[in-house]
Amino acid sequence: MNKNLSKYFPLFVLPTLAAFAAAFIVPFVMGLYLSFCKFTTVGNAEFTGFANYARIFSNNDFTNALWFTVKFTAVSIITVNIFAFCLALLLTKGIKGTNVFRTIFFMPNLIGGIVLGYIWNLIINGVLASFGVDITYKAEYGFWGLVILTNWQMIGYMMVIYIAGLQNIPKELIQAAYIDGATHRQALFKITIPMVMPSVTICTFLTLTNAFKLFDQNLALTAGAPARQTSMLALDIYNTFYGRVGWQGVGQAKAVIFFLIVALIAFIQLRLTGQREERA
Amino acid sequence: MKYTRNVMAAMTAAALLCSLTACKSAREDEGSTIESAVNDNSNKKQNATVRFLNFKPEIAPVYEEVAAKYAEETGNTLIVETAANNTYEQTLSAKMSTSEAPVIFQVNGPRGYANWRDYCLDLTGSDIYNHLIDKTSAVSSNGMPYGIPYTIEGYGIIYNDEIMQRYFALENKATDFVSMDEIDSFEELRTLVTDMQANSEALGIKGVFAATSLKSGDDWRWTTHLANIPMAYEFMGNNIDLTGDGVNNITFDYSDNFKGIFDLYLNNSTIDRKLLGSKITDESMAEFALGECAMVQNGSWAWSQISEIPGNTVKTENIKMLPVYMGIDGEENQGLCIGTENYLCINSAATPDEQQAAKDFLFWLYSSETGKDFVVNKLGFIAPFDTFTEDERPADPLSREVLRWMDMENKQSVPWSFTVFPSQTFKDDFGASLLQYAQGSKEWEDVKNDFVNSWQNEASML
Repeated sequence: MNKNLSKYFPLFVLPTLAAFAAAFIVPFVMGLYLSFCKFTTVGNAEFTGFANYARIFSNNDFTNALWFTVKFTAVSIITVNIFAFCLALLLTKGIKGTNVFRTIFFMPNLIGGIVLGYIWNLIINGVLASFGVDITYKAEYGFWGLVILTNWQMIGYMMVIYIAGLQNIPKELIQAAYIDGATHRQALFKITIPMVMPSVTICTFLTLTNAFKLFDQNLALTAGAPARQTSMLALDIYNTFYGRVGWQGVGQAKAVIFFLIVALIAFIQLRLTGQREERA
Repeated sequence: MKYTRNVMAAMTAAALLCSLTACKSAREDEGSTIESAVNDNSNKKQNATVRFLNFKPEIAPVYEEVAAKYAEETGNTLIVETAANNTYEQTLSAKMSTSEAPVIFQVNGPRGYANWRDYCLDLTGSDIYNHLIDKTSAVSSNGMPYGIPYTIEGYGIIYNDEIMQRYFALENKATDFVSMDEIDSFEELRTLVTDMQANSEALGIKGVFAATSLKSGDDWRWTTHLANIPMAYEFMGNNIDLTGDGVNNITFDYSDNFKGIFDLYLNNSTIDRKLLGSKITDESMAEFALGECAMVQNGSWAWSQISEIPGNTVKTENIKMLPVYMGIDGEENQGLCIGTENYLCINSAATPDEQQAAKDFLFWLYSSETGKDFVVNKLGFIAPFDTFTEDERPADPLSREVLRWMDMENKQSVPWSFTVFPSQTFKDDFGASLLQYAQGSKEWEDVKNDFVNSWQNEASML
């Protein structure tokens, strides 16, 4: 069997490789090249070196968007994971109707980002209207609106991952701990949490990348208002690409920097949590 | 078990490969069957295919009919694709780099042309250009036409005459107006609107003006159309040639006039001015259609947005238009803002056969009886070609109003100067400023300065 497998290995890997090349490697390399070009369509590009990268910083849009995204991501990672973990704890206690609750909490995740954005736009504006303003009045409103939206959408998904992690903890461990006289708190922090570290890694990673790449929700909820103050990186890239004649390359250059940042963060984070997992 | 899994994997892989490679040839097959079918029942020399990227989603179904008729009459194939609302540039960029790039596409004026100049064919000598009534209305560069306007549009303040009549009949109104014909200046408009707002309960409306939609992306009625008027007067006053570099430095002289009308919109509206950041144009048009307000600033293209609102109460014969008065000298002779930002271009990267087929199609659409019938009655275009007679004009109330104002002897239409606004970023920034002004977090002086600085800054980046 093994012999056969290695013989046919190239054949079996070919479809995936072809798909991966067509859908990822080629566009990626092209995108990288285009970030050094002035172009209107991808087939008609003129090489201009680092001009696009220099233009990124000719105004503050990109740095503002970066800073806003970082703040948003930091807050979201913490809130999403804490809420998701708490829900997962609650819904593994065997309360009546556990499955119904799990389904309900998971459901928001099935709704598309644009729709969610508009729904929350209506809800938040409905609340703020009683104070005579709306979500575009201050950047803070947009910020917290986005945090609420993201939480609502992502908690259910992360909860499912945490539940799977929690159910994998052997009952004996916890029982043994209680017999040894551990308090609930000690059992939680010394046994449960270390045991679900793999889930924590996955969940923080997913929240981080999702929050960093947020686009639809941002577009539908605030579209950057007021005055681009709530534009996140993806939206800023989009606006750059289509906002000015001849700035497509600058948008592309921003996208490359965006990629580098996301890749770097993901790498560092995987290393850090990976180490903790091993220790646990 | 393992065997089945391997078979499954192989099959999935095969299916993936097929979908990657085969789908294209399948589509080509489909296209050729249609063409050959058409070939059979026509005796024309050679069949051609025209690909057209349509800008106006509201009339996309009509183009399907046009394509069917065109195939029937000429044997040629017309493939119309439509970009979703506000995504024309994106769609065009994507389509242009494919092997099935559109042969006919459109640009929104000189700025749009600048972006697409590599793809615009010189249309000198083409039938469609030869029949264009006003040759200067084409988008030209170095004396050569590249974009042909295909419809003339107009905008102003659309009002519901039924509500106006109700107001004129009010006993306790504070003004002497008895007809809309008396309104031909900003002062009069303001007096009228303010008193109407005071009587809004008696009139059964929520406010005089529909919501001033200022959601980012939906603020074009102010950042483009309303801003056009002060800029048009500024360009005219300084004798600026719109095709030259003179448009890159502006002073926004009439900013106070802009503020005047903008305040009027904001303060006499269906909703509080602090809540406008989430309002979209569709909502404003719905308010008008449902009779919740008496006036809304918009143009001749908005007819379907009024007529297709379920439960709309506005009667066709009561829909009228009024110029946007701002208190600028000479405005008693001002008409609606008339112009176009729809210019057809032919893809210079297409093959000569395709280009010729595209020219033939355009001439067919704007000169044959069938084509003209579509243009006038279904597409609703006021076509600027000499192939159309005086009677061949669209019949919807807004287009009729545009024509009525254009025909008035003593009224001077305001041209569409916003086609030289430097960039979308400029408009977006101005829209954000207007929103902050409406919400009370920005002074007008700053709005004005930002307008001027942003204009200069964006113009320098072209």
